[in-house]
Amino acid sequence: MTEYTYSKTELMICVAARLFEDGSTAFIGTGIPMLAAMLAAKTIAPNLVPVFEFGGVGAILDDLPLAVGEARTFHKGLAAAGICELMETAQRGFIDYGFLGGAQIDPYGNLNSVTIGEHDHPKARLPGSGGGNDVGSQCWKTVAIMQHDKRRFVEKVDFITTPGYLDGVGGRENAGLPAGSGPINVVSTLALMDYDVGRGGSYRMRLSATHPGVSVQEVVDNTGFELIIPEHVPVNEPPSDEELRLLREEIDPQRFYI
Amino acid sequence: MEIIESGIGEMIQPPDIEGFREWNRTHKSRKLVDKRMSEQEAISQFVYDGCYIGTELYGTVRCPMSLSRELVRQGKKDLRVCGQGVLELDLWMAAGLVKKLDITYIGLEVYGTSGALRRAVESGQITTCVEWSNGSISWRMKATAMGVPFLPTRSMLGTDMIKYSSAKVVEDPFTGLKVCLLPALILDVAIIHVHRADRYGNAQIDGITGFGAEMARAAKRLIISTEEIIPTEEIRKFPDHTIIPYYLVDAVVHAPFGSHPGEMAYIYGRDEPVIKEWVESSKTAEGAQAYLDKYVYGVKNHQEYLELIGDQRLAQLVEEREKRV
Repeated sequence: MTEYTYSKTELMICVAARLFEDGSTAFIGTGIPMLAAMLAAKTIAPNLVPVFEFGGVGAILDDLPLAVGEARTFHKGLAAAGICELMETAQRGFIDYGFLGGAQIDPYGNLNSVTIGEHDHPKARLPGSGGGNDVGSQCWKTVAIMQHDKRRFVEKVDFITTPGYLDGVGGRENAGLPAGSGPINVVSTLALMDYDVGRGGSYRMRLSATHPGVSVQEVVDNTGFELIIPEHVPVNEPPSDEELRLLREEIDPQRFYI
Repeated sequence: MEIIESGIGEMIQPPDIEGFREWNRTHKSRKLVDKRMSEQEAISQFVYDGCYIGTELYGTVRCPMSLSRELVRQGKKDLRVCGQGVLELDLWMAAGLVKKLDITYIGLEVYGTSGALRRAVESGQITTCVEWSNGSISWRMKATAMGVPFLPTRSMLGTDMIKYSSAKVVEDPFTGLKVCLLPALILDVAIIHVHRADRYGNAQIDGITGFGAEMARAAKRLIISTEEIIPTEEIRKFPDHTIIPYYLVDAVVHAPFGSHPGEMAYIYGRDEPVIKEWVESSKTAEGAQAYLDKYVYGVKNHQEYLELIGDQRLAQLVEEREKRV
């Protein structure tokens, strides 16, 4: 067995960070997306403009925010606005990406963060949408970052909080969601996924690349629905020494997440 | 307009926008009167059992924590509550004061889900949860702030959020697009913590404004707590800084460190050990009760609370704040 010098969470954050596009605007959800955004800003996307729902625009993320409204989300920022202003900014098409977490995800990228079990008599009451529904509705491209297991990757989520492709082809358009928007990737503790979109596509989740040391079968075994498996599945690059150094020494030295 | 879909969630507070206009005509003074009062007076005068109430921003960020604790001490119950919460609504739920929720997010952010929410909802103590996104609930307040009965949005569509809300989906008569109509949200009482206000309630906020501007304009009664009370001449020097004008405000409560254990941008940072104490304690009902006994019931008022935290600790939080550069 190979000895790895990094954790699954660190790897997931590194793979997610590499998806950020320099010079783009990105809504950052609470938790792991914040670490990924910070790592991206310190590596491949120095001109990233992070947007936080309670009003922060263009912060320099020197310290890890522990809350989506705290002062670090507008530290040396370009603007400190309010929630309506930023959700409206997304609604009029100015926010390129949304990076989100969730408790459950289905083959079409729909996310649940409201209840496990029946809504009115839940087995578990989860926090609720927060800005998740708005981000998944209004941003051009959304990326979900999640732990990978069969309880989370399910055929049908108990509650659709944040829209993915809903029921598949044309789902978002039929519901009235903004044209051309939708989920593009899922980064998990095991792999990177995308969606079978475009002409003739099923709009279902597809394995894009496995993490180093993870087999395709392992991904399949931990997914509660049929994942599209392409003929050739590349392997993601492991975290570089520099990525790990940034994560451990600069981004989360107190180890809130890693 | 044809209604394509209607949420089955309860309309916890009807969007009576005509009644709200009339209220603003008859109950809100246009006179510059001194509204300073103690936290006890403000809560007992304006918050009542069964009222529909909201707080801004949320628990760890510019939140009216001192007033939230006073509300628990006074045991105002059967509250119908809107919005998000991290610590403030946790305290209310742990004390058994909340009956219905227009909920967007209640959790502990970096520390995970809220035990207080789980116990209150899963036991049936909270009878009703109506679901909204953060954008939606803020736009519901914005509708009231605009004085209109609803606002359209392109959030919520196609999801279970619509089903378990009290929103409706219609076809827009201009473009034919499906839009979600959000009913105006009218609060009986709103509580907002600000950086500065004068005695009349003209209030300033530094940093992000959350949904303060909208909530202040969507409430029948508005209690402001403020880090600092400043002379009206200072307000008049920078009138562009007034985000909440006096005529919206019913009470002004002086509350230095009023957001503790949460932060106040540019003034003081989060008190992580006290936040973590709640995170750990609130995992059980007994633990939550012990926290309430120590930090809420165990002190008479905010002054005694600050003495419990201690000057040295408070000075450290000022030192650790996110400085303006």
